[in-house]
Amino acid sequence: MAENPRKPKPPTDVFTPWEDPAAKPLIEFRNVTKRFGEFVAIDDLTIDIYEREFFALLGPSGCGKTTMMRMLAGFESPSAGEILLGGKSMVGIPPNERPVNMMFQSYALFPHLSVWDNIAFGLRRDKKSKSAIAARVDEMLRLTRLEQFARRKPHQISGGQRQRVALARSLAKAPKLLLLDEPLGALDRKLREETQFELMDIQEKTGTTFVIVTHDQEEAMTVASRIAVMEHGKVMQVDTPAKVYEMPNSVYVADFIGDVNLIEGVFSRPAPETCQITYDESEPPIHLDATPGIAEGARVTYAIRPEKIRVSADRPDDLANAAFGKIIDIGYLGDISTYHVELANGQMVKAAMTNSTRVSRREFTWDDEVWLSWRETAGVVLDH
Amino acid sequence: MRRVSWFNVTSLTFGLAFLYLPMVVLVVYSFNANKLVTVWAGFSTKWYGELFRNEAFLDAAWVTLRVAVVSSTLATVLGTAAAYVLVRGGRFFGRTLFSGMLYAPLVMPDVILGLSLLLLFIAIGLDRGMITIILAHTTFSMAYVAVVVTSRLVAFDHALEEAARDLGCNRWDAFRLVTLPIIAPAVVSGWLLSFTLSLDDLVIASFTSGPSSTTLPIKIFSAVRLGVSPEINALSAILIGIVTVGVITTSLMSKRAIAKRIRDENRAET
Repeated sequence: MAENPRKPKPPTDVFTPWEDPAAKPLIEFRNVTKRFGEFVAIDDLTIDIYEREFFALLGPSGCGKTTMMRMLAGFESPSAGEILLGGKSMVGIPPNERPVNMMFQSYALFPHLSVWDNIAFGLRRDKKSKSAIAARVDEMLRLTRLEQFARRKPHQISGGQRQRVALARSLAKAPKLLLLDEPLGALDRKLREETQFELMDIQEKTGTTFVIVTHDQEEAMTVASRIAVMEHGKVMQVDTPAKVYEMPNSVYVADFIGDVNLIEGVFSRPAPETCQITYDESEPPIHLDATPGIAEGARVTYAIRPEKIRVSADRPDDLANAAFGKIIDIGYLGDISTYHVELANGQMVKAAMTNSTRVSRREFTWDDEVWLSWRETAGVVLDH
Repeated sequence: MRRVSWFNVTSLTFGLAFLYLPMVVLVVYSFNANKLVTVWAGFSTKWYGELFRNEAFLDAAWVTLRVAVVSSTLATVLGTAAAYVLVRGGRFFGRTLFSGMLYAPLVMPDVILGLSLLLLFIAIGLDRGMITIILAHTTFSMAYVAVVVTSRLVAFDHALEEAARDLGCNRWDAFRLVTLPIIAPAVVSGWLLSFTLSLDDLVIASFTSGPSSTTLPIKIFSAVRLGVSPEINALSAILIGIVTVGVITTSLMSKRAIAKRIRDENRAET
């Protein structure tokens, strides 16, 4: 790259079809509702997913994310509303006639077939020629680095290899849309992290649209171009990982993604362009940058991530907000330490500091009195 | 671990003797040269030779074999279909009734089953013969197949079929290409079970057989009423041989199926 790396890339390079009003979505959920008897799994959901996206459905178990995926695959049909794929309604189209493939949570590899035959299974159903099938299977084996396992049966390979076979099998038919149901759930942590990057790599190489279901927020943040945070059959927020993390639109999302301090208080504008939140008589108010759209005197929740708060022995004068407290607990996680600090009014605040020095030389310990400080822009105000 | 105590040895001896002594005696006397069944007069295989020259016995054996093959095949198809519907069909009208009815032949006394079938055949005017025996055998052995196949299907990962559908199979292809090969051991042992059941059925066959078609058990039973001949001993020895092979094969198959299922489950866990 001859370009100056410091120069910001022009915005056209960034993949953001959801911001382009002319872009046609690949998948459209239009007022989709799914009921199982009395239980409403999906509640009047409307969402667009674009081509080449790596879209994550994130939520706790029972939030409806798996139901959404199964409706895309064709194993469930909506009780109301419709799903469009490439502009075509999918109502009444069985799974075998959809340009959609799925990677199952259990991998669902056919135990009686070899790795090679597992991958070839879908291609054979398309009545492709023998040589075309062989070429495609070999390509998939190369893509997933499984060449030397082609002749083995699924029970003769490791969990990570099975995961790759499942991926290869679901990609073999070059679907328009690949669904991944908790694809890495069965792998141990280290392998999972490696595989996340592999998945992104393969997604980029093949240009397939991926929709992944996961309850692991780190996984969603790592792989996804956009995340839909779900709760009780509703989508709470759809945004890029950074926006979901830094600008959650609700207390639920702020709390679900990562660690957060939630401070309730009263919003006020003492002067134009200055905003503040008063959360306790005895503490100074929290200063904010201009926050339009919130009424004077409204009850709000202030959400601030622990890593946005600095812990120091002296009151810093370069940051707008500061609070004095005592360290109650320290959580040592290796790379960072989390300090639980109790303010004078009893409010607990979590602050995370990078452990840039060795632990023996740590600055603070239990019962130390410290200053917490943060910028005006560090947190977000969540309306009730 | 294994302790050889007098108690164990004694109970094992008595148990085996109780079960197998009559058969051993029968097999031994089938090689008796004497025409009197209970008086030993030296080793001979002549009664086997006699047996194979006895047209009536051979006809009966041939009928029995055909009935067993056809009825166990039919029973396997129907029983597998019934098991599949019960496990996979979800809830449908009359499901509970159907599952109860399916297993009824397992607990129904043979006499009642035979009699009811006889009445049915008379009512619909079906002449008794090989067809009616086949139908009757299919009826009761289908229940056994359904039990065997159901237990295998319950342990079967539903996602495998969904994966097949997802990769382009219609329902029938998914069953044919994925479900059937995986449950095949259970289907085969169901077939073998039906085969042996059909082979040694006397009660139901005697209700449903006609003058033109006599199965081997019926033939033996009626022959014995005129006195036990050494020929019958030879025939019985052959039958014991066939059933033994069948039973051992079935149990080996199901053992393999269980081992395979455990392997599958372990695979799913890792």
